Amino acid sequence: MYGAEFEKQVDQVVARYPEPRGALLPLLHMCQERDGFVSTRAQEWVADRLGLAPAFVHGTLTFYTMFRTEPPGKHVIYMCTTLSCMLRGSDAVVGHLKKRLGVEVGGTSADGLFTLLNAECLGSCDTAPMMQLDDDYYEDLTIERVDAILDALAAGEKPEPGRGPERAYVEE
Amino acid sequence: MEPVLTRNVGREGSQTLEVYRATGGYQPLARALKMDPDAVTEEVKSSGLRGRGGAGFPAGVKWSFMPKDGSQPKYLICNADESEPGTFKDRVIMEHDPHMLLEGCLIASYAMGASIAFIYIRGEYVYSARVLERAIAEAYEAGLAGKNILGSGYDCELVLHRGAGAYICGEETALMDSLEGGRGNPRLKPPFPAQAGLYGCPTTINNVETLSCVPHIIERGADWFKGIGPDERNTGPKLYCLSGHIKRPGTYELPMGVPLMELLEESGGGMLFPDRSLKAVIPGGSSVPVLRADECRDLRMDFDSLAKAGTMLGSAAVIVMDETTCMVKAMERLAHFYAHESCGQCTPCREGCGWLEKILGRIEGGEGRIEDLDLLLTVSNNMMGTTICPLSDAAAMPCNSFVSKFRDEFEYHVKNRACLVS
Repeated sequence: MYGAEFEKQVDQVVARYPEPRGALLPLLHMCQERDGFVSTRAQEWVADRLGLAPAFVHGTLTFYTMFRTEPPGKHVIYMCTTLSCMLRGSDAVVGHLKKRLGVEVGGTSADGLFTLLNAECLGSCDTAPMMQLDDDYYEDLTIERVDAILDALAAGEKPEPGRGPERAYVEE
Repeated sequence: MEPVLTRNVGREGSQTLEVYRATGGYQPLARALKMDPDAVTEEVKSSGLRGRGGAGFPAGVKWSFMPKDGSQPKYLICNADESEPGTFKDRVIMEHDPHMLLEGCLIASYAMGASIAFIYIRGEYVYSARVLERAIAEAYEAGLAGKNILGSGYDCELVLHRGAGAYICGEETALMDSLEGGRGNPRLKPPFPAQAGLYGCPTTINNVETLSCVPHIIERGADWFKGIGPDERNTGPKLYCLSGHIKRPGTYELPMGVPLMELLEESGGGMLFPDRSLKAVIPGGSSVPVLRADECRDLRMDFDSLAKAGTMLGSAAVIVMDETTCMVKAMERLAHFYAHESCGQCTPCREGCGWLEKILGRIEGGEGRIEDLDLLLTVSNNMMGTTICPLSDAAAMPCNSFVSKFRDEFEYHVKNRACLVS
């Protein structure tokens, strides 16, 4: 259902594993990268390709926080709020994001541009507070830096990911 | 200390095979391939290298548990699911020196006769995964992976596998379930992975930093490695992660056993706000017991010194909290983490983590009762050692230590319905 090129990539991935089911997570990632989420149809397709029951695929998929079964906004923000980020002011950043986007955590902004989600520790505690925006880490966040990043995305540009000019601390 | 694991960090092109080879890279692999596989294991055993993922089990001893006969395929898994809150050291290796890790995987695989080395990386590390994919492709092209590595007759495949967001998959048996396409539900041990691991085959799981030490041990010898660190049981270079209320957070490479206060002052540059005093330190990732500031003096950062102090080296992720930190709020945040990440398989963990979060939430929210403090201790005591994997203990240990060591602050919170610090 995804075309010959996709199926060829799938075959290559499946061949790396001692048993086809080992390729389940990679295939779900590939479906999500293509569609933004993993639809029921995609789950059934993956199940069929790997010789698994659709319920098994669904059971695996729903165990992992990165997989989505509904289409998200154009950009997905995973804001880290675990202890190291909390100590550098991540709650204030979340508060700002909620206000600016007009959503609660879990919601998508009215213009469909941003889905705001909470993340558990993303392994970037030295450059806290930080968020994952789509595939990239945006670190050393301040309120001004968050605004600049969202402004750029809203204007159709891709802001430079990674570290900020200096380590950040956001007052609550 | 002369950098070992971080020697290529900041070097132009450090991700490439060309630069890695120019600094002596893959010569240890060539040397190992000429050695008897058991001699490689012996060298690692003799170096005293202990697992850098958290448990601190001697790596060479772990390798020696693998069966010698070849009736089943054998696997190595590199645990790159770095998810312990406060930890970001493996990412430094993968992003700056991916070939060092690959070389460690290949030498370890050779020593154990593994035919595939899987690298299980957490799904969120998209950039690290891209760097590793490129490095793996380079290694295959140069005959360093795949069939007949460097003309030795030894075959080993390198497979990068991305997780998808689940802390529990850092636990080695849950990781294997995940790598087999399932939910990350830990398995009972025994059987240990060396007997029945991935797809029921003999498997060894080692952390990124552990495997990255291996090429250096082969290159410079076990005695050199043993010469770094305070004693024979705590050896080698170590990556320490500093985060929280510290001036220069980051990953620092220092000898095993560096004094904690020296690490905070000299590497970390002292407190983020010099006018605020140190209140507490979590020395080994969020799962280990917290230390009060007065317990940090004269404390060395190694497995045995921290065990003696009633905590653990864990992943050597040092989280620093100054006097403005509300310990109730800090612990509530950790309890939320464990409640979110429990796989739900064992009742003490599934229910216990949930209750810790709820009780701490009501104390933080000004709805606490004074008997909640003992209830937290009872719940966490009942979570210790009663489950298949250590996640339950990992939630209970910080909770128990936070409440015991900062009981006044918890009591204040209950009685005054407000923070002691704000």
